[in-house]
Amino acid sequence: MSELKHWSPADQIALLFGLLFGLLLLITAGGVLYRAKNPVEELTIEPRSARAQFRRDLNASWIGALLFWLAWISGAVGSTILFGLFSFFCLREFITLQHTTRSDHRTLIAAFFVILPLQYIVVANRRFDLFTVLIPVYAFLAIPVISALSGDPKRFLERNAKIQWGVMVCVYGLSHAPALLLLEFPRYQGRGAFLLFFLVTVVSIAQIMQEVASRSLRRRPAVRAISRSFSKRAWWIGALSGAFVGALLYWVTPFKAGQAFVLAFLAAGSGTLGALVMKAMKREAGVHYWGNRSSITGAIGLLDRTAALCFAAPIFFHSVRWYFKLSV
Amino acid sequence: MRLADLMGPLLGFIARAITGAQGHWLGCPPSNEQRIYIANHQSHFDLVLIWAALPAELRPRVRAIAARDYWTKSKFKTWLTTDVFNTVYVSRTRANPDEDPLEPLVEALRQGDSLLIFPEGTRSAKGEPLPFKAGIYHLAEQFPNVQIIPTWIDNVQRVMPKGEVVPVPILCTVTFGTPTQIQPEEDKKAFLERTRAEMMALKPGGWRQ
Repeated sequence: MSELKHWSPADQIALLFGLLFGLLLLITAGGVLYRAKNPVEELTIEPRSARAQFRRDLNASWIGALLFWLAWISGAVGSTILFGLFSFFCLREFITLQHTTRSDHRTLIAAFFVILPLQYIVVANRRFDLFTVLIPVYAFLAIPVISALSGDPKRFLERNAKIQWGVMVCVYGLSHAPALLLLEFPRYQGRGAFLLFFLVTVVSIAQIMQEVASRSLRRRPAVRAISRSFSKRAWWIGALSGAFVGALLYWVTPFKAGQAFVLAFLAAGSGTLGALVMKAMKREAGVHYWGNRSSITGAIGLLDRTAALCFAAPIFFHSVRWYFKLSV
Repeated sequence: MRLADLMGPLLGFIARAITGAQGHWLGCPPSNEQRIYIANHQSHFDLVLIWAALPAELRPRVRAIAARDYWTKSKFKTWLTTDVFNTVYVSRTRANPDEDPLEPLVEALRQGDSLLIFPEGTRSAKGEPLPFKAGIYHLAEQFPNVQIIPTWIDNVQRVMPKGEVVPVPILCTVTFGTPTQIQPEEDKKAFLERTRAEMMALKPGGWRQ
Protein backbone atom coordinates (compact mmCIF):
# COMPACT_ATOMS: atom_id res chain seq x y z
CA MET A 1 0.00 0.00 0.00
CA SER A 2 2.75 2.45 0.90
CA GLU A 3 4.44 1.71 -2.40
CA LEU A 4 1.33 2.92 -4.21
CA LYS A 5 1.68 6.35 -2.60
CA HIS A 6 4.90 6.89 -4.51
CA TRP A 7 3.34 6.20 -7.90
CA SER A 8 2.66 9.14 -10.15
CA PRO A 9 -0.95 10.38 -10.16
CA ALA A 10 -1.37 9.15 -13.73
CA ASP A 11 -0.36 5.61 -12.76
CA GLN A 12 -2.63 5.64 -9.73
CA ILE A 13 -5.58 6.76 -11.84
CA ALA A 14 -4.78 4.09 -14.42
CA LEU A 15 -4.86 1.51 -11.62
CA LEU A 16 -8.20 2.88 -10.43
CA PHE A 17 -9.76 2.47 -13.86
CA GLY A 18 -8.11 -0.91 -14.29
CA LEU A 19 -9.73 -2.13 -11.07
CA LEU A 20 -13.08 -0.56 -11.91
CA PHE A 21 -13.34 -2.10 -15.37
CA GLY A 22 -11.89 -5.37 -14.13
CA LEU A 23 -14.61 -5.60 -11.48
CA LEU A 24 -17.34 -4.81 -14.00
CA LEU A 25 -15.93 -7.44 -16.38
CA LEU A 26 -15.98 -10.03 -13.60
CA ILE A 27 -19.58 -9.23 -12.70
CA THR A 28 -20.65 -9.32 -16.34
CA ALA A 29 -18.86 -12.63 -16.93
CA GLY A 30 -20.46 -14.04 -13.77
CA GLY A 31 -23.85 -12.87 -15.00
CA VAL A 32 -23.35 -14.52 -18.40
CA LEU A 33 -22.32 -17.83 -16.78
CA TYR A 34 -25.26 -17.71 -14.38
CA ARG A 35 -27.65 -17.03 -17.23
CA ALA A 36 -26.26 -19.94 -19.23
CA LYS A 37 -26.83 -22.25 -16.24
CA ASN A 38 -30.35 -21.00 -15.48
CA PRO A 39 -32.15 -20.34 -18.76
CA VAL A 40 -34.79 -17.66 -18.53
CA GLU A 41 -37.60 -20.01 -19.65
CA GLU A 42 -37.39 -21.98 -16.41
CA LEU A 43 -37.87 -18.97 -14.18
CA THR A 44 -41.02 -17.70 -12.54
CA ILE A 45 -41.98 -14.08 -12.97
CA GLU A 46 -40.32 -12.64 -9.88
CA PRO A 47 -36.71 -13.76 -10.48
CA ARG A 48 -37.22 -12.91 -14.11
CA SER A 49 -37.96 -9.28 -13.34
CA ALA A 50 -35.14 -9.25 -10.80
CA ARG A 51 -32.82 -10.43 -13.54
CA ALA A 52 -34.07 -7.78 -15.94
CA GLN A 53 -33.46 -5.19 -13.21
CA PHE A 54 -29.95 -6.57 -12.66
CA ARG A 55 -29.17 -6.30 -16.37
CA ARG A 56 -30.45 -2.74 -16.51
CA ASP A 57 -28.38 -1.78 -13.48
CA LEU A 58 -25.30 -3.50 -14.87
CA ASN A 59 -25.70 -1.75 -18.21
CA ALA A 60 -26.09 1.56 -16.41
CA SER A 61 -22.94 0.84 -14.39
CA TRP A 62 -21.00 0.13 -17.58
CA ILE A 63 -22.23 3.33 -19.18
CA GLY A 64 -21.46 5.25 -15.98
CA ALA A 65 -17.94 3.82 -15.75
CA LEU A 66 -17.24 4.54 -19.43
CA LEU A 67 -18.49 8.11 -19.08
CA PHE A 68 -16.37 8.56 -15.97
CA TRP A 69 -13.33 7.36 -17.88
CA LEU A 70 -14.13 9.58 -20.88
CA ALA A 71 -14.61 12.55 -18.55
CA TRP A 72 -11.22 11.89 -17.05
CA ILE A 73 -9.16 11.40 -20.21
CA SER A 74 -10.74 14.35 -21.99
CA GLY A 75 -9.58 16.85 -19.37
CA ALA A 76 -11.29 19.98 -18.09
CA VAL A 77 -13.02 20.95 -21.32
CA GLY A 78 -14.10 17.44 -22.24
CA SER A 79 -15.47 16.59 -18.83
CA THR A 80 -17.44 19.80 -18.54
CA ILE A 81 -18.94 19.26 -21.98
CA LEU A 82 -19.83 15.70 -21.04
CA PHE A 83 -21.51 16.63 -17.78
CA GLY A 84 -23.09 19.63 -19.50
CA LEU A 85 -24.80 17.23 -21.92
CA PHE A 86 -25.84 15.09 -18.97
CA SER A 87 -27.39 18.14 -17.33
CA PHE A 88 -29.14 19.02 -20.56
CA PHE A 89 -30.76 15.60 -20.89
CA CYS A 90 -31.73 15.50 -17.19
CA LEU A 91 -33.30 18.94 -17.37
CA ARG A 92 -35.11 17.99 -20.57
CA GLU A 93 -36.58 14.99 -18.80
CA PHE A 94 -37.49 17.05 -15.73
CA ILE A 95 -39.21 19.79 -17.75
CA THR A 96 -41.08 17.29 -19.93
CA LEU A 97 -42.88 15.84 -16.93
CA GLN A 98 -43.57 19.16 -15.22
CA HIS A 99 -46.49 20.82 -16.89
CA THR A 100 -44.93 24.03 -18.06
CA THR A 101 -47.16 26.40 -19.95
CA ARG A 102 -46.86 28.47 -23.07
CA SER A 103 -45.81 31.60 -21.19
CA ASP A 104 -42.84 29.74 -19.70
CA HIS A 105 -41.26 29.52 -23.14
CA ARG A 106 -38.77 32.37 -22.80
CA THR A 107 -37.85 31.31 -19.28
CA LEU A 108 -37.13 27.79 -20.47
CA ILE A 109 -34.99 29.10 -23.30
CA ALA A 110 -32.96 31.05 -20.73
CA ALA A 111 -32.64 27.98 -18.51
CA PHE A 112 -31.51 25.66 -21.31
CA PHE A 113 -29.46 27.92 -23.50
CA VAL A 114 -28.09 30.61 -21.18
CA ILE A 115 -27.92 29.43 -17.56
CA LEU A 116 -26.86 25.86 -18.29
CA PRO A 117 -23.95 26.64 -20.64
CA LEU A 118 -22.84 29.57 -18.50
CA GLN A 119 -22.61 27.41 -15.39
CA TYR A 120 -20.44 24.87 -17.18
CA ILE A 121 -18.22 27.52 -18.76
CA VAL A 122 -17.61 28.88 -15.28
CA VAL A 123 -16.75 25.37 -14.04
CA ALA A 124 -14.33 24.72 -16.88
CA ASN A 125 -12.52 27.94 -15.99
CA ARG A 126 -12.32 26.93 -12.31
CA ARG A 127 -14.04 30.17 -11.22
CA PHE A 128 -15.36 28.51 -8.08
CA ASP A 129 -16.35 31.80 -6.40
CA LEU A 130 -18.76 32.64 -9.24
CA PHE A 131 -19.70 29.00 -9.76
CA THR A 132 -21.25 28.68 -6.31
CA VAL A 133 -23.48 31.76 -6.63
CA LEU A 134 -24.32 31.95 -10.33
CA ILE A 135 -27.49 29.84 -10.04
CA PRO A 136 -28.59 30.36 -6.40
CA VAL A 137 -28.23 34.15 -6.66
CA TYR A 138 -28.32 35.40 -10.25
CA ALA A 139 -30.40 32.74 -11.96
CA PHE A 140 -32.77 32.63 -8.99
CA LEU A 141 -33.61 36.27 -9.64
CA ALA A 142 -33.41 36.17 -13.43
CA ILE A 143 -35.94 33.36 -13.83
CA PRO A 144 -38.93 35.13 -12.20
CA VAL A 145 -38.02 38.36 -13.99
CA ILE A 146 -38.20 36.67 -17.39
CA SER A 147 -41.42 34.97 -16.35
CA ALA A 148 -42.93 38.27 -15.23
CA LEU A 149 -42.02 39.83 -18.55
CA SER A 150 -44.10 37.17 -20.27
CA GLY A 151 -47.11 38.99 -18.79
CA ASP A 152 -48.94 35.91 -17.51
CA PRO A 153 -49.79 35.99 -13.77
CA LYS A 154 -51.51 32.61 -13.77
CA ARG A 155 -49.89 30.21 -11.26
CA PHE A 156 -46.87 32.48 -11.30
CA LEU A 157 -45.13 31.23 -8.18
CA GLU A 158 -45.71 27.59 -9.00
CA ARG A 159 -44.40 27.93 -12.56
CA ASN A 160 -41.24 29.65 -11.36
CA ALA A 161 -40.67 27.16 -8.61
CA LYS A 162 -40.75 24.28 -11.10
CA ILE A 163 -38.16 25.82 -13.35
CA GLN A 164 -35.95 27.02 -10.52
CA TRP A 165 -36.02 23.57 -8.98
CA GLY A 166 -35.19 21.92 -12.27
CA VAL A 167 -32.23 24.22 -12.80
CA MET A 168 -31.07 23.83 -9.21
CA VAL A 169 -31.11 20.03 -9.28
CA CYS A 170 -30.23 19.19 -12.86
CA VAL A 171 -27.74 21.98 -13.57
CA TYR A 172 -26.37 23.29 -10.28
CA GLY A 173 -26.26 19.92 -8.53
CA LEU A 174 -24.79 17.99 -11.40
CA SER A 175 -22.21 20.64 -12.30
CA HIS A 176 -20.47 19.85 -9.00
CA ALA A 177 -19.33 16.56 -10.46
CA PRO A 178 -16.89 18.09 -12.98
CA ALA A 179 -16.05 20.70 -10.34
CA LEU A 180 -14.74 17.89 -8.13
CA LEU A 181 -12.51 16.73 -10.97
CA LEU A 182 -11.08 20.23 -11.18
CA LEU A 183 -10.80 21.03 -7.47
CA GLU A 184 -7.16 21.51 -6.49
CA PHE A 185 -5.99 20.21 -3.12
CA PRO A 186 -2.51 21.06 -1.87
CA ARG A 187 -0.25 18.01 -2.51
CA TYR A 188 -3.10 16.26 -4.32
CA GLN A 189 -2.74 17.71 -7.84
CA GLY A 190 -4.03 15.71 -10.75
CA ARG A 191 -6.02 13.23 -8.67
CA GLY A 192 -9.49 14.78 -8.97
CA ALA A 193 -10.85 11.58 -10.52
CA PHE A 194 -10.44 9.87 -7.14
CA LEU A 195 -12.68 12.41 -5.45
CA LEU A 196 -15.47 11.88 -7.96
CA PHE A 197 -14.98 8.13 -7.73
CA PHE A 198 -15.14 8.36 -3.93
CA LEU A 199 -18.37 10.34 -4.11
CA VAL A 200 -20.10 8.10 -6.65
CA THR A 201 -19.05 4.97 -4.76
CA VAL A 202 -20.29 6.04 -1.33
CA VAL A 203 -23.58 7.36 -2.74
CA SER A 204 -24.26 4.15 -4.66
CA ILE A 205 -23.34 1.98 -1.67
CA ALA A 206 -25.72 3.99 0.50
CA GLN A 207 -28.56 3.59 -2.01
CA ILE A 208 -28.01 -0.14 -2.39
CA MET A 209 -27.69 -0.72 1.36
CA GLN A 210 -30.77 1.35 2.10
CA GLU A 211 -32.76 -0.72 -0.40
CA VAL A 212 -31.41 -4.00 1.02
CA ALA A 213 -32.07 -2.86 4.59
CA SER A 214 -35.64 -1.79 3.89
CA ARG A 215 -36.34 -5.16 2.28
CA SER A 216 -34.92 -7.24 5.11
CA LEU A 217 -36.13 -5.02 7.98
CA ARG A 218 -39.67 -4.70 6.64
CA ARG A 219 -40.20 -1.63 8.81
CA ARG A 220 -43.32 0.39 8.45
CA PRO A 221 -42.67 2.99 5.73
CA ALA A 222 -42.07 6.42 7.26
CA VAL A 223 -43.65 8.29 4.35
CA ARG A 224 -46.00 5.81 2.73
CA ALA A 225 -47.50 8.19 0.21
CA ILE A 226 -44.09 8.97 -1.26
CA SER A 227 -41.98 5.86 -0.87
CA ARG A 228 -42.92 2.40 0.31
CA SER A 229 -39.34 1.47 1.10
CA PHE A 230 -38.07 4.49 3.00
CA SER A 231 -37.74 4.17 6.76
CA LYS A 232 -35.51 6.02 9.20
CA ARG A 233 -33.60 2.94 10.25
CA ALA A 234 -32.99 1.93 6.62
CA TRP A 235 -31.73 5.43 5.93
CA TRP A 236 -29.27 5.24 8.84
CA ILE A 237 -28.03 1.86 7.66
CA GLY A 238 -27.56 3.20 4.14
CA ALA A 239 -25.76 6.37 5.18
CA LEU A 240 -23.53 4.58 7.71
CA SER A 241 -22.59 1.87 5.18
CA GLY A 242 -21.65 4.62 2.76
CA ALA A 243 -19.59 6.29 5.49
CA PHE A 244 -17.91 3.01 6.36
CA VAL A 245 -16.93 2.29 2.76
CA GLY A 246 -15.76 5.89 2.52
CA ALA A 247 -13.49 5.42 5.53
CA LEU A 248 -12.07 2.26 3.93
CA LEU A 249 -11.35 4.24 0.77
CA TYR A 250 -9.64 7.11 2.60
CA TRP A 251 -6.29 6.34 0.95
CA VAL A 252 -7.55 7.40 -2.49
CA THR A 253 -8.55 10.81 -1.12
CA PRO A 254 -6.68 13.69 0.46
CA PHE A 255 -8.57 12.99 3.72
CA LYS A 256 -7.61 11.09 6.85
CA ALA A 257 -9.76 8.07 7.73
CA GLY A 258 -11.97 9.99 10.21
CA GLN A 259 -12.48 12.88 7.83
CA ALA A 260 -13.30 10.48 5.03
CA PHE A 261 -15.88 8.81 7.29
CA VAL A 262 -17.67 12.08 8.09
CA LEU A 263 -17.58 13.42 4.54
CA ALA A 264 -18.78 10.11 3.14
CA PHE A 265 -21.60 10.10 5.69
CA LEU A 266 -22.67 13.58 4.59
CA ALA A 267 -22.57 12.67 0.91
CA ALA A 268 -24.28 9.29 1.35
CA GLY A 269 -26.99 10.64 3.65
CA SER A 270 -27.81 13.61 1.46
CA GLY A 271 -27.79 11.44 -1.64
CA THR A 272 -30.42 9.04 -0.31
CA LEU A 273 -32.50 11.93 1.06
CA GLY A 274 -32.21 13.62 -2.34
CA ALA A 275 -33.51 10.48 -4.00
CA LEU A 276 -36.49 10.64 -1.64
CA VAL A 277 -37.15 14.27 -2.58
CA MET A 278 -37.08 13.39 -6.27
CA LYS A 279 -39.48 10.54 -5.56
CA ALA A 280 -41.89 13.03 -4.01
CA MET A 281 -41.68 15.15 -7.14
CA LYS A 282 -42.31 12.13 -9.33
CA ARG A 283 -45.38 11.25 -7.27
CA GLU A 284 -46.72 14.73 -7.81
CA ALA A 285 -46.18 14.40 -11.55
CA GLY A 286 -47.97 11.05 -11.34
CA VAL A 287 -45.16 8.72 -12.39
CA HIS A 288 -43.17 6.03 -10.62
CA TYR A 289 -39.95 6.35 -12.53
CA TRP A 290 -38.88 9.28 -14.63
CA GLY A 291 -38.44 6.77 -17.42
CA ASN A 292 -41.65 4.80 -17.21
CA ARG A 293 -43.74 7.14 -19.31
CA SER A 294 -41.51 6.25 -22.24
CA SER A 295 -44.54 5.56 -24.40
CA ILE A 296 -45.59 9.14 -23.83
CA THR A 297 -42.44 11.16 -23.68
CA GLY A 298 -39.63 8.94 -24.88
CA ALA A 299 -37.78 9.73 -21.66
CA ILE A 300 -34.97 7.38 -20.87
CA GLY A 301 -34.92 7.55 -17.10
CA LEU A 302 -31.59 9.33 -16.81
CA LEU A 303 -32.88 11.38 -13.92
CA ASP A 304 -33.58 8.20 -11.94
CA ARG A 305 -29.91 7.39 -12.09
CA THR A 306 -28.53 10.79 -11.31
CA ALA A 307 -31.01 12.11 -8.71
CA ALA A 308 -28.95 11.05 -5.68
CA LEU A 309 -25.76 12.44 -7.19
CA CYS A 310 -27.44 15.77 -7.95
CA PHE A 311 -28.01 16.28 -4.22
CA ALA A 312 -24.89 14.64 -2.84
CA ALA A 313 -22.38 16.39 -5.09
CA PRO A 314 -22.97 20.00 -3.95
CA ILE A 315 -23.12 19.02 -0.25
CA PHE A 316 -19.90 17.04 -0.56
CA PHE A 317 -18.15 19.68 -2.64
CA HIS A 318 -18.98 22.56 -0.32
CA SER A 319 -18.21 20.65 2.88
CA VAL A 320 -14.80 19.75 1.49
CA ARG A 321 -14.08 23.31 0.44
CA TRP A 322 -15.27 24.73 3.73
CA TYR A 323 -13.49 22.26 5.99
CA PHE A 324 -10.18 22.35 4.15
CA LYS A 325 -10.42 26.11 3.53
CA LEU A 326 -9.62 25.72 -0.16
CA SER A 327 -9.39 29.20 -1.54
CA VAL A 328 -9.65 28.47 -5.27
CA MET B 1 -22.86 16.36 -52.31
CA ARG B 2 -25.15 19.34 -52.09
CA LEU B 3 -25.59 21.45 -49.00
CA ALA B 4 -29.25 20.41 -48.95
CA ASP B 5 -28.25 16.75 -48.55
CA LEU B 6 -26.45 17.66 -45.34
CA MET B 7 -29.14 20.00 -44.09
CA GLY B 8 -31.77 17.26 -43.80
CA PRO B 9 -29.74 14.98 -41.52
CA LEU B 10 -28.53 18.03 -39.59
CA LEU B 11 -32.09 19.20 -38.91
CA GLY B 12 -33.00 15.62 -38.01
CA PHE B 13 -30.13 15.53 -35.54
CA ILE B 14 -31.21 18.83 -33.97
CA ALA B 15 -34.78 17.55 -33.72
CA ARG B 16 -33.55 14.42 -31.95
CA ALA B 17 -31.35 16.39 -29.55
CA ILE B 18 -34.19 18.70 -28.65
CA THR B 19 -37.20 16.41 -28.63
CA GLY B 20 -35.94 12.84 -28.68
CA ALA B 21 -38.20 12.48 -31.76
CA GLN B 22 -39.28 8.97 -30.92
CA GLY B 23 -41.38 7.20 -33.53
CA HIS B 24 -43.85 4.67 -32.13
CA TRP B 25 -45.20 2.39 -34.86
CA LEU B 26 -48.29 1.19 -33.03
CA GLY B 27 -50.58 0.30 -35.92
CA CYS B 28 -48.17 -0.63 -38.70
CA PRO B 29 -44.46 -1.26 -39.28
CA PRO B 30 -42.42 1.39 -41.10
CA SER B 31 -42.50 0.49 -44.78
CA ASN B 32 -41.77 1.89 -48.20
CA GLU B 33 -45.31 1.21 -49.46
CA GLN B 34 -47.15 4.20 -50.82
CA ARG B 35 -48.91 5.92 -47.93
CA ILE B 36 -50.62 9.14 -46.95
CA TYR B 37 -49.70 10.18 -43.43
CA ILE B 38 -52.27 12.48 -41.85
CA ALA B 39 -51.00 14.27 -38.76
CA ASN B 40 -52.12 16.91 -36.29
CA HIS B 41 -50.49 20.28 -36.85
CA GLN B 42 -49.33 22.38 -33.92
CA SER B 43 -46.05 23.99 -34.91
CA HIS B 44 -43.53 24.50 -37.70
CA PHE B 45 -41.46 21.90 -35.96
CA ASP B 46 -43.94 19.13 -36.88
CA LEU B 47 -42.45 18.44 -40.28
CA VAL B 48 -38.89 18.15 -38.96
CA LEU B 49 -40.10 15.97 -36.11
CA ILE B 50 -41.85 13.45 -38.37
CA TRP B 51 -38.86 13.58 -40.69
CA ALA B 52 -36.58 12.67 -37.78
CA ALA B 53 -38.93 9.95 -36.51
CA LEU B 54 -39.09 8.22 -39.91
CA PRO B 55 -36.36 5.71 -40.75
CA ALA B 56 -33.80 7.36 -43.05
CA GLU B 57 -34.61 5.12 -46.01
CA LEU B 58 -38.26 6.24 -46.04
CA ARG B 59 -37.54 9.96 -45.91
CA PRO B 60 -36.87 10.71 -49.61
CA ARG B 61 -40.23 9.29 -50.73
CA VAL B 62 -42.37 10.90 -48.01
CA ARG B 63 -43.21 14.40 -49.24
CA ALA B 64 -44.91 16.94 -47.03
CA ILE B 65 -47.46 19.45 -48.23
CA ALA B 66 -46.53 23.11 -47.90
CA ALA B 67 -48.60 26.22 -48.51
CA ARG B 68 -47.12 27.92 -51.56
CA ASP B 69 -47.80 31.50 -50.45
CA TYR B 70 -46.08 31.05 -47.06
CA TRP B 71 -43.19 28.72 -47.90
CA THR B 72 -41.97 30.50 -51.04
CA LYS B 73 -41.91 33.93 -49.41
CA SER B 74 -38.13 34.06 -48.98
CA LYS B 75 -35.22 32.38 -50.71
CA PHE B 76 -34.33 30.42 -47.59
CA LYS B 77 -37.87 29.11 -47.11
CA THR B 78 -38.02 28.08 -50.76
CA TRP B 79 -34.67 26.32 -50.53
CA LEU B 80 -35.70 24.55 -47.33
CA THR B 81 -38.98 23.25 -48.74
CA THR B 82 -37.70 22.44 -52.23
CA ASP B 83 -34.14 21.19 -51.89
CA VAL B 84 -34.12 19.83 -48.35
CA PHE B 85 -37.60 18.42 -47.79
CA ASN B 86 -38.78 18.06 -51.39
CA THR B 87 -42.26 19.23 -50.41
CA VAL B 88 -45.30 19.47 -52.64
CA TYR B 89 -46.68 23.00 -52.86
CA VAL B 90 -50.38 23.73 -52.76
CA SER B 91 -52.06 27.08 -53.29
CA ARG B 92 -54.44 28.19 -50.61
CA THR B 93 -56.15 30.60 -52.99
CA ARG B 94 -57.15 29.80 -56.55
CA ALA B 95 -55.56 31.90 -59.27
CA ASN B 96 -58.50 31.12 -61.56
CA PRO B 97 -61.72 29.21 -60.99
CA ASP B 98 -60.62 26.26 -63.14
CA GLU B 99 -57.48 25.53 -61.17
CA ASP B 100 -57.64 22.41 -59.02
CA PRO B 101 -55.62 23.00 -55.85
CA LEU B 102 -55.17 19.25 -55.41
CA GLU B 103 -53.50 18.80 -58.79
CA PRO B 104 -49.89 18.80 -57.44
CA LEU B 105 -50.82 16.19 -54.79
CA VAL B 106 -52.51 13.96 -57.35
CA GLU B 107 -49.41 14.29 -59.52
CA ALA B 108 -47.12 13.27 -56.63
CA LEU B 109 -49.28 10.26 -55.80
CA ARG B 110 -49.28 9.21 -59.47
CA GLN B 111 -45.49 9.22 -59.36
CA GLY B 112 -45.63 6.79 -56.46
CA ASP B 113 -44.55 9.17 -53.70
CA SER B 114 -45.98 9.04 -50.20
CA LEU B 115 -47.49 12.21 -48.78
CA LEU B 116 -47.52 13.86 -45.40
CA ILE B 117 -50.61 15.99 -44.95
CA PHE B 118 -51.79 18.14 -42.08
CA PRO B 119 -55.53 17.99 -42.85
CA GLU B 120 -56.42 20.72 -40.35
CA GLY B 121 -54.95 23.13 -42.87
CA THR B 122 -53.31 25.32 -40.27
CA ARG B 123 -51.58 25.09 -36.93
CA SER B 124 -53.92 24.64 -33.98
CA ALA B 125 -52.33 25.29 -30.64
CA LYS B 126 -55.23 24.85 -28.25
CA GLY B 127 -57.22 21.78 -27.34
CA GLU B 128 -58.66 19.45 -29.91
CA PRO B 129 -57.56 19.47 -33.54
CA LEU B 130 -59.66 21.52 -35.97
CA PRO B 131 -62.09 19.79 -38.35
CA PHE B 132 -60.33 18.29 -41.36
CA LYS B 133 -60.35 20.02 -44.75
CA ALA B 134 -61.94 18.12 -47.58
CA GLY B 135 -58.77 17.59 -49.66
CA ILE B 136 -57.82 14.35 -47.98
CA TYR B 137 -61.25 12.90 -48.87
CA HIS B 138 -60.81 13.65 -52.57
CA LEU B 139 -57.37 12.08 -52.56
CA ALA B 140 -58.66 8.98 -50.78
CA GLU B 141 -61.43 8.73 -53.37
CA GLN B 142 -59.05 8.97 -56.31
CA PHE B 143 -56.43 6.63 -54.82
CA PRO B 144 -58.39 4.03 -52.86
CA ASN B 145 -55.42 1.66 -52.70
CA VAL B 146 -53.06 4.05 -50.93
CA GLN B 147 -52.96 3.42 -47.17
CA ILE B 148 -53.90 6.34 -44.96
CA ILE B 149 -51.89 6.38 -41.74
CA PRO B 150 -53.29 8.45 -38.87
CA THR B 151 -50.35 10.03 -37.06
CA TRP B 152 -50.24 11.85 -33.74
CA ILE B 153 -47.45 14.23 -32.80
CA ASP B 154 -47.41 14.72 -29.05
CA ASN B 155 -46.02 17.50 -26.89
CA VAL B 156 -44.61 19.54 -29.76
CA GLN B 157 -46.76 22.57 -28.99
CA ARG B 158 -44.60 22.97 -25.89
CA VAL B 159 -41.42 22.83 -27.96
CA MET B 160 -42.26 25.71 -30.26
CA PRO B 161 -45.59 27.49 -29.73
CA LYS B 162 -46.97 29.52 -32.63
CA GLY B 163 -45.08 32.78 -32.86
CA GLU B 164 -41.87 31.58 -31.22
CA VAL B 165 -38.68 30.91 -33.17
CA VAL B 166 -36.36 29.20 -30.67
CA PRO B 167 -37.38 25.65 -29.70
CA VAL B 168 -37.24 24.50 -26.09
CA PRO B 169 -35.98 20.97 -25.37
CA ILE B 170 -38.96 18.82 -24.41
CA LEU B 171 -39.39 15.15 -25.22
CA CYS B 172 -41.90 14.46 -28.00
CA THR B 173 -43.28 11.35 -29.64
CA VAL B 174 -44.73 10.56 -33.04
CA THR B 175 -47.30 7.75 -32.96
CA PHE B 176 -48.24 6.00 -36.20
CA GLY B 177 -51.64 4.29 -36.13
CA THR B 178 -53.41 1.54 -38.04
CA PRO B 179 -53.71 2.08 -41.82
CA THR B 180 -57.19 2.98 -42.95
CA GLN B 181 -59.00 3.42 -46.26
CA ILE B 182 -62.17 4.98 -47.50
CA GLN B 183 -65.14 2.69 -46.75
CA PRO B 184 -67.69 1.77 -49.42
CA GLU B 185 -70.49 4.34 -49.51
CA GLU B 186 -68.82 6.50 -46.91
CA ASP B 187 -69.63 10.16 -47.56
CA LYS B 188 -67.28 13.08 -47.19
CA LYS B 189 -68.43 14.20 -43.76
CA ALA B 190 -68.34 10.71 -42.25
CA PHE B 191 -64.91 10.00 -43.67
CA LEU B 192 -63.38 13.24 -42.40
CA GLU B 193 -64.87 12.77 -38.94
CA ARG B 194 -63.80 9.14 -38.72
CA THR B 195 -60.19 9.76 -39.73
CA ARG B 196 -59.99 12.71 -37.36
CA ALA B 197 -61.27 10.53 -34.51
CA GLU B 198 -58.75 7.79 -35.39
CA MET B 199 -55.96 10.33 -35.33
CA MET B 200 -57.08 11.77 -31.98
CA ALA B 201 -57.33 8.29 -30.46
CA LEU B 202 -53.56 7.98 -30.82
CA LYS B 203 -52.83 10.73 -28.31
CA PRO B 204 -50.84 9.07 -25.50
CA GLY B 205 -52.80 9.21 -22.28
CA GLY B 206 -56.03 9.94 -24.12
CA TRP B 207 -58.10 13.10 -24.06
CA ARG B 208 -59.54 12.99 -20.56
CA GLN B 209 -56.66 13.11 -18.16
